[in-house]
Amino acid sequence: MSLDLIKYIEEPHPLTGITNSKLAMWLFLATEVMLFGGLFSAYIILRVGAPDWPHGSEYLNVPLATANTMVLIISSVTMVMSWASLAMKSLPKFKFYMTMTILLACVFLVIKYIEYSHKFHLELYPSTNNFFGIYFTLTGLHGLHIIGGILVNTYFLLTANKSWAEHPKMFTGRIEAAGLYWHFVDLVWIFLFPVLYLL
Amino acid sequence: MEKLQYGIGLMPDLSTHGHGIDQLIYFLHGFMLLLFVGWGIFLAYTLIRFRARAGHKANYESLKSKLPKYAEVAVVAFEVFLLVGLSMPVWNSYKSDPPDEKEALRVRVVGQQFAWYIHYAGEDKKFGRTDSKLISDFNPLGIDSKDPASEDDFYSLRNFNLPVGKPIIAEITSKDVIHSFGVPVLRVKQDATPGITVPIWFTAKETGEFEIICSQLCGIGHSTMGGKVHVQKPEDFKKWWDEQERPYKKSTASL
Amino acid sequence: MSQDHHHQELGFIQKYIFSVDHKVIGVQYGVTALIFLFLGFCMMMLMRWQLAYPGEEVPILGGLLGSGWLPDFMSAGDVDASTYNTLGAMHGTVMIFLGVVPLGVGAFGNYLVPLQVGAPDMAFPKLNAASYWTYFAGGVVMMLGFFMPGGAANSGWTSYPPLSIFASNGQTVWLVGMVLLITSSLLGSVNIIVTIIQLRAPGLSFFKLPFFVWAQLVTSFILLLAFPPLEAAGVLQLMDRVAGTSFFLPTGLVQSNMPLEIAGGGNSLLWQHLFWFLAHPEVYVLILPAIGIVTEIVVNNTRKPLYGYKTLVYSGIFLGFMSFLVWAHHMFMTGMGETMSDFFQVTTMIISIPSVVVLTVLIITLWGGSIRFNVPMLFAVAFLPMFAIGGLTGLPLGLTASDIYFHDTYYVIGHFHYVVAPGTLFALFAGIYYWYPKVVGRKMSSFWGKIHFWGSLISINLVFFPMLLQGISGLNRRMYDPTFYEHGASIQSLNVIISYAAWALGLVQLIFILNFFLSIKFGKKVGDNPWQATTLEWATPTPPPHGNFLSEPTVYHGPYEYSVPGRTEDYLPQHVQA
Repeated sequence: MSLDLIKYIEEPHPLTGITNSKLAMWLFLATEVMLFGGLFSAYIILRVGAPDWPHGSEYLNVPLATANTMVLIISSVTMVMSWASLAMKSLPKFKFYMTMTILLACVFLVIKYIEYSHKFHLELYPSTNNFFGIYFTLTGLHGLHIIGGILVNTYFLLTANKSWAEHPKMFTGRIEAAGLYWHFVDLVWIFLFPVLYLL
Repeated sequence: MEKLQYGIGLMPDLSTHGHGIDQLIYFLHGFMLLLFVGWGIFLAYTLIRFRARAGHKANYESLKSKLPKYAEVAVVAFEVFLLVGLSMPVWNSYKSDPPDEKEALRVRVVGQQFAWYIHYAGEDKKFGRTDSKLISDFNPLGIDSKDPASEDDFYSLRNFNLPVGKPIIAEITSKDVIHSFGVPVLRVKQDATPGITVPIWFTAKETGEFEIICSQLCGIGHSTMGGKVHVQKPEDFKKWWDEQERPYKKSTASL
Repeated sequence: MSQDHHHQELGFIQKYIFSVDHKVIGVQYGVTALIFLFLGFCMMMLMRWQLAYPGEEVPILGGLLGSGWLPDFMSAGDVDASTYNTLGAMHGTVMIFLGVVPLGVGAFGNYLVPLQVGAPDMAFPKLNAASYWTYFAGGVVMMLGFFMPGGAANSGWTSYPPLSIFASNGQTVWLVGMVLLITSSLLGSVNIIVTIIQLRAPGLSFFKLPFFVWAQLVTSFILLLAFPPLEAAGVLQLMDRVAGTSFFLPTGLVQSNMPLEIAGGGNSLLWQHLFWFLAHPEVYVLILPAIGIVTEIVVNNTRKPLYGYKTLVYSGIFLGFMSFLVWAHHMFMTGMGETMSDFFQVTTMIISIPSVVVLTVLIITLWGGSIRFNVPMLFAVAFLPMFAIGGLTGLPLGLTASDIYFHDTYYVIGHFHYVVAPGTLFALFAGIYYWYPKVVGRKMSSFWGKIHFWGSLISINLVFFPMLLQGISGLNRRMYDPTFYEHGASIQSLNVIISYAAWALGLVQLIFILNFFLSIKFGKKVGDNPWQATTLEWATPTPPPHGNFLSEPTVYHGPYEYSVPGRTEDYLPQHVQA
């Protein structure tokens, strides 16, 4: 590996003020903004063009979604705490908060699963109409992002001992970048929730 | 009617609005040719004059002349002229000036895989209500026979008869996939998109038989999805019109 | 600083297959992309047979390909309508997404960007390998379509719904392949941007970067921002096909006079907006790396500094920005309102200005030089008039009034092929001949290179110029039988000329392929800097070791210090203190 030759992995670049991985994460989030931006514009065009469009609250479970919103917001807080723990050089605290973050993400998925299976039970599928089509597509894609986050965070949790011992700075940077991603995923949900459930 | 001559070059223009389009095309190509030839000569001259050879050295200093700047500005100015002076007026005067509905012949043009239907409104100039749920092999346009406006409606398959000199308003749509209603000699092209109806208009200058060509890939039969426009003298058109059967007419017996 | 010894221990697989070295990955990208370009070219040659001799059985290949091992492909030995549509869709997809972009960005970007910025590797070497393998998987998935019942995708490379929703399962495979390719491009562009911004060698400020690096930077930003909306559109189309949604299917669809059992309520034009929002910027993804390569080669072989370096950089950035504002000029015939069509006509004319500036800059650079006509330079110089034809023929298509006549005719095909084939591909050939010695340590044969150049130049113009004439004469594209209409039949001789020229072009490429492989062994050995160039990639050993530079270079000069007065040599490398 020529890893040791590549600069600004641990230290921020003097001009840009950030590390490589943080810059990359911001760029990646830009693509995500464009991806969900494209889907949101599709939603707007479909809704504006439709003669009638159901109100989300008539068909979707607002209390469950509200609960899920809270779960994600709390998981964002625990994610920040896990990074802050590393910044304060406490690996056990990091492990605790990271575990919490992962568990909360799993709770989110379980609630989502309950919502989905209830819809299927009522024979409401993506093909029912474009409202449900866009509901399942957007929340499904968001769910995939949650799963991706869980996988990455679990990987960091499992390899924490080794990474912390070998490259503490790099590891802290990675957790910070993972945190950025996690906050973005939360933010998407905070858009999805009113757009799909309330409006 | 004379047979149209085809070959290399623009197809004959038999529409009243096509003149502006053709003029723009000729003008544009003249400009492109001039620019390319002038520029090409300059390139060739530069390549020969400054070729590497014994005793010749490159000059570190760049060209100081303002000429390239002027050339760029001239090209831009000319593009502005093309846009504002030619293209926009031609397009906008054509697109924003629909013919008077009372004088025009209104038809619906409906594309399907792989044919065109022309729906004529009949003497009342009103199309019968159409509904896609009513579509069947016997009623390919889904015309509602209960609607009194449909009584004098009729349609034809692949053949579009129209009178010469009379403005035509054609409402273009499709039943299945996206097609494009193109009649190059009438300088007409409009995508036929399902779920959307777009009106276009044109007036044919001369009588004759011209091709309708589907101009948007629509599946396996795309390249043979043609049809004929029959531009007829008003009296011939009237005769043809009167001969058409009215499939939705209530028979007198049922009255 | 070199870690070279320590890398010798890597096994063959780690070194050449799952390598994380940007140079190996660059070569992997290059070779894979060239193979796909060849495949796409073969698809085109089959189509050319049908266009020259409609309905006749393809000699030899008809029997081989039509024997049934590819389902629903040339079943009767001729290129039937369904096969023709498949070939058309796949030729476009393969050439653009699997050929030119991976070659321009994947291969050249990967190999050269770290070298030209003086970095030991890309910022994320493992991500780089992941990007290549995702591309490879996307390509393989795309090709699997040919083995599906109903054949590969056949709704055009644009995949307009509802047609693409009704199409056979090859379309699903196409969509999955596209999602993989998009993912690969996104990973690659993040890597390139971070490398350029973070890993420049000491002293290498932004305005000392070779223009090629600037071109890659702008290209990567375009990929980064334009591809995700297509991914969104791809996901929606996949849902329409697989989950039965109606995002692109309006209410009241009827097929073969049978109403369809769908919810309806969708919008077919939505796809076109999302698609062209990517696909127009995509044109600049194809052309910008080409302009970058041409700039490097033209300046090097003119032996004088680039005229208007900053102008060129700003033009490139402006091109990238404007490319997001012109997409709907592909949709003038969908029935958009006047305001919309006026807006997109104006932006389309505006985007032509930076292209004019680019050409002017390059040609004025030639003025006052001492021009060497080696093989890379021949291709680079030929790029200029070819790109000019491509650009100029865009005018009649970008103006709505003339677009009524030209839309969907062969004029469109001629236009964009002039931009991409003798335009971009010539630049890529120039790049291959130019940087080959750095990769291999030997030059490609210049004699065969010249034959390749003149053969390609003549035949490619005989392919695409007649297409412009066909378009002017009103012949429509995507017609499997060009003689069906009378006006088409009257100019059929053009099709025969084009087809023979296309096959000749194919033969000439065989010379290139032989030259490419034989020169690895038999090419003339060269030193580290065979073209007496100034940029940093020539400051490395040849071929560059893992880690690239023997010691970290420091940059003192701009990228194009040629024929500096008072020096004996006519070039001043960026890392040499004067």
